[in-house]
Amino acid sequence: MKSAFQIVDEVRRGATTAAAELATCLDAVRARNEELNVFLYVDEEGAAAAASRVDGILASGGDGGALAGVPIAIKDNMCQRGIPTTCSSKILEGWRPPYNATVLDRLLAAGAVPVGKTNLDEFAMGSSTENSAFGPTRNPLDPSRVPGGSSGGSAAAVAAGMTPLALGSDTGGSIRQPAALCGLVGVKPTYGLVSRYGLIAFASSLDQIGPFAKTVRDAAMLLEVIAGHDPMDSTSLPEQSPSLVAHVGDGVAGKRVGVVRELIEGADQDVVDAVDRATRVLADAGATLVELSIPELRLGLSAYYLIAPAEASSNLARYDGVRFGLRVNAEDVSAMNEATRTAGFGAEVKRRIMLGTYALSAGYYDAYYGQALKVRTQMIDAFRRAYREVDLLIGATAPSVAFEFGSKTSNPMSMYLSDVFTIPTNLAGEAALSVPFGTGEAGLPVGVQLLGPGRSEGLLLAGARVLEIADGRP
Amino acid sequence: MSSSLRREDVAKVAQLARLSLSDDELDKFTEQLGQVLEHANDMGTLNLENVVATAHPFGLINVVRDDVVRPSLDRSEVLAMAPDARDGRFAVPRIMGEAP
Repeated sequence: MKSAFQIVDEVRRGATTAAAELATCLDAVRARNEELNVFLYVDEEGAAAAASRVDGILASGGDGGALAGVPIAIKDNMCQRGIPTTCSSKILEGWRPPYNATVLDRLLAAGAVPVGKTNLDEFAMGSSTENSAFGPTRNPLDPSRVPGGSSGGSAAAVAAGMTPLALGSDTGGSIRQPAALCGLVGVKPTYGLVSRYGLIAFASSLDQIGPFAKTVRDAAMLLEVIAGHDPMDSTSLPEQSPSLVAHVGDGVAGKRVGVVRELIEGADQDVVDAVDRATRVLADAGATLVELSIPELRLGLSAYYLIAPAEASSNLARYDGVRFGLRVNAEDVSAMNEATRTAGFGAEVKRRIMLGTYALSAGYYDAYYGQALKVRTQMIDAFRRAYREVDLLIGATAPSVAFEFGSKTSNPMSMYLSDVFTIPTNLAGEAALSVPFGTGEAGLPVGVQLLGPGRSEGLLLAGARVLEIADGRP
Repeated sequence: MSSSLRREDVAKVAQLARLSLSDDELDKFTEQLGQVLEHANDMGTLNLENVVATAHPFGLINVVRDDVVRPSLDRSEVLAMAPDARDGRFAVPRIMGEAP
């Protein structure tokens, strides 16, 4: 599979066409989609139209855009006009959005070719893609293992060489963790950097859309296209998209890197070793290492599993069988609401809705939700103190390499622990990414996480590029 | 902070969330949700009395747009996606009983 960078270059030079690249991509989808369950819907017609539009613009002397002719996979919780959008839930089966998410409009304007919608844990709630109402996605590197989640379909699309790029969303690690488990670069941008308009809400104060790619430069290209202010999202940062691609090669010389005990402790030995090696690579590249302990990070998981379900219980109240998706008929409206929600939601979604409803209910609000919001303040303050001392932090992305199907499904708490290193960034609204670095158990990839303050994506990508080169991908 | 989540608490929460649960589900969810709340008890040991709560990472302020008329979604396109629509409106089963 060519990189996005290579496709744009060749399409612009006339060495290939968007239509030819799309055909290659669709062949790869046909070859493995049945086995891996990556795409829930492939939009051959729309993709062909997008590709032909790009080829037409180039033929008439235009430049085709920053992603000219690049096929891309879209996580199925982002709205694409007229295309089935399910959130991997029975409750939205058959729904076709009447509008495009802002990221879709930006991709199309940049010449990208959206190929279809990828599988996820229902409403993005999960860390393995086993919670999809349409069956799990398999990890292309080892189909007996999970691809991670919740953006497992998007990660698998890129890892299987079906598309060079994919979009995911990250509420507590749902881009970074599958990127780590599938050997990809995955970025959780600063909250507000990428518009959430048209992203179906899970936990609105935590959700953020971001890129998957095989290379750091490809991830930077995609992030640059989707970032920037959007008047349709009132939480969107005011500024235009930052310049990222130009700074990918900046290196980390003179930067201070915090090596955080709490972002490694409890991880498997192969993961710890990879983070150690990556840390030494950054030092060799001229960074100064600072050993840090940020004990507040240990409380992230507890706070997150009250805050995210609380927001979800409110956001998912809209699925009542009235305006879209499933309706199970009953004698009156309230019986219809209950029958619809009971039939439409899977077990994990029900668990989180109930957890959130409980945390927000009279008598428990202060003890649970209120307390979690205060811990969130402490988390933000702790990160802020750390970033007065250092420019970025390094740690593990996930505690282990890709795990086997069913190994964590019976105990929700063990599944939730997959996100222990990624959650703090979402609570703080800051930026982080995962970059593949070496291999661990069974030869599977390990992801190293780089974290930085808000708007530090350029620095994080430059750091990731240093690791990518050292890991043998020049 | 107490994590002794009871079966009747879960039943009540399910009712508030408009979900109906079987007896087996009630047992299972009581145990699983109890485990999550127990994990959350590590927050109960903290003295957070003087800490301000953060509901949003950047402290949201009201964002207003210019008061300009713009095209909205097409009504028929939106209603076409509804489970039931009549006379340009969403249709639902009856919401009230017969008059006495």
